[in-house]
Amino acid sequence: MIKALHIAVKDFRIEAHAKELLNSMLLFSFLILVVFSIAFSELTSSSGNIAMLGAGVLWICFVFAGTLGFSRAFASETQNGAIQALKICPMSPISIYLGKVVFTISIMLIVEAITVILFSILFNYTILSPLFVIVVIGGTIGFASVGVLLSALVQNIKAKEIMLPVLLLPLLVPVLLPAVSATSAIFKGGDLGMITTYLRILFVYDIVFLAVASIVFEYVIED
Amino acid sequence: MMNNLIVAKSIAKKYGRIIAVDNVDLCVKDGEFVAITGPNGAGKSTLLKLLSSSLHPSDGEVLINGVSFSDDRIDIRKEFGVLSHESYLYDDLNAIENLRFFGNMYDMKGIQLEEQIKMLLGETGLWKRATDRVSTFSRGMKQRLSFARALIHDPKVLFLDEPFSGLDPGASKIIEQLLIKKSSTTRLLVTHNIEFAISICDRILVMDAGRLVADFESKDESVRETISQICGIDACV
Repeated sequence: MIKALHIAVKDFRIEAHAKELLNSMLLFSFLILVVFSIAFSELTSSSGNIAMLGAGVLWICFVFAGTLGFSRAFASETQNGAIQALKICPMSPISIYLGKVVFTISIMLIVEAITVILFSILFNYTILSPLFVIVVIGGTIGFASVGVLLSALVQNIKAKEIMLPVLLLPLLVPVLLPAVSATSAIFKGGDLGMITTYLRILFVYDIVFLAVASIVFEYVIED
Repeated sequence: MMNNLIVAKSIAKKYGRIIAVDNVDLCVKDGEFVAITGPNGAGKSTLLKLLSSSLHPSDGEVLINGVSFSDDRIDIRKEFGVLSHESYLYDDLNAIENLRFFGNMYDMKGIQLEEQIKMLLGETGLWKRATDRVSTFSRGMKQRLSFARALIHDPKVLFLDEPFSGLDPGASKIIEQLLIKKSSTTRLLVTHNIEFAISICDRILVMDAGRLVADFESKDESVRETISQICGIDACV
């Protein structure tokens, strides 16, 4: 696990120097929010309407900004073939996978936090709920665990920018359904029992996908 | 008498119907400098990847100091360093950050790691550019830094896959001298430069169509003639 953290820290250093990922994800997320705020400008005067729309708007931002991030998750490793050097380092390939997942989750959570702040400014609606934070974290873990695996998988494919969302979005349905439903229920001030059920489904999916992806990752990065 | 450090037993690598490496048996002694040559597509780089554990063989096994990859892949890898025609470096990190990261990957830390980084950057003549981003380096400088990366953990075995490819004569000379200095390290070099292999290596292996077709002492008089017959003269120069 220490080596996974070293990999995540290395990716943060690269991002701190290059400033590619965070800027593009934030800009993309901001643009989606602006488009929605203009499109729904007549509806957003009522907080009841925002409660109906909010979960969808936020998760669309998270999913598309995240997909943009995944497309670059392995760019630094393939640029000069650094993945080959990592592959013969004395560690399990799971460490490479977990390092990338930790980095991706962290970046996504930063983007999501800023997106929520922008959402509250543009839609004049504040959501301060610990449950909402838990749902977003749960959704992000599931999202990143699938996204990092697929990002590694498409690295050697010619049309990887097209293939990644095509493969990713159907696989994300089991994580998006409980995450969006739970967020929607939180926005509407729904039943706690129902939200807890959605959270259970979400975290079970997170565990299953993290476990499966960790096992198959070695074969995904094999030449 | 030197021990067999690397033993490959009937290793093969198949990609569907394509056989990249076909039933190769090989022994490399501790401290030996072995060149692997042959025409393009002969399976040299694939063989090197199989020996360095970055590829799983379809058949056969590789033993390092008598231990099979399948028994202890992670510990065996502590003894390996790899230098390729690709730098395996991160362009957006500086030279020290690159070496520190790879040092961490080999469980190195603290003063020991910092001193090793300083020593290697000094040896490779990159100390003055230590805090510059790798993206600002020339191809030759990247390759020297890559050499430092491969040696950061002082490996017992160095796998070299056409490390001179794309380098000008000056940069090649620096890498050659650094390689010659590491006389206690077991070195396996994939190269098309036969004259260089003859001049500094102990043994020359020739591959063709995935098979090991010749194994010479570099002093052997018939090396050039045999390699020319197998590879074609142009391929060997």
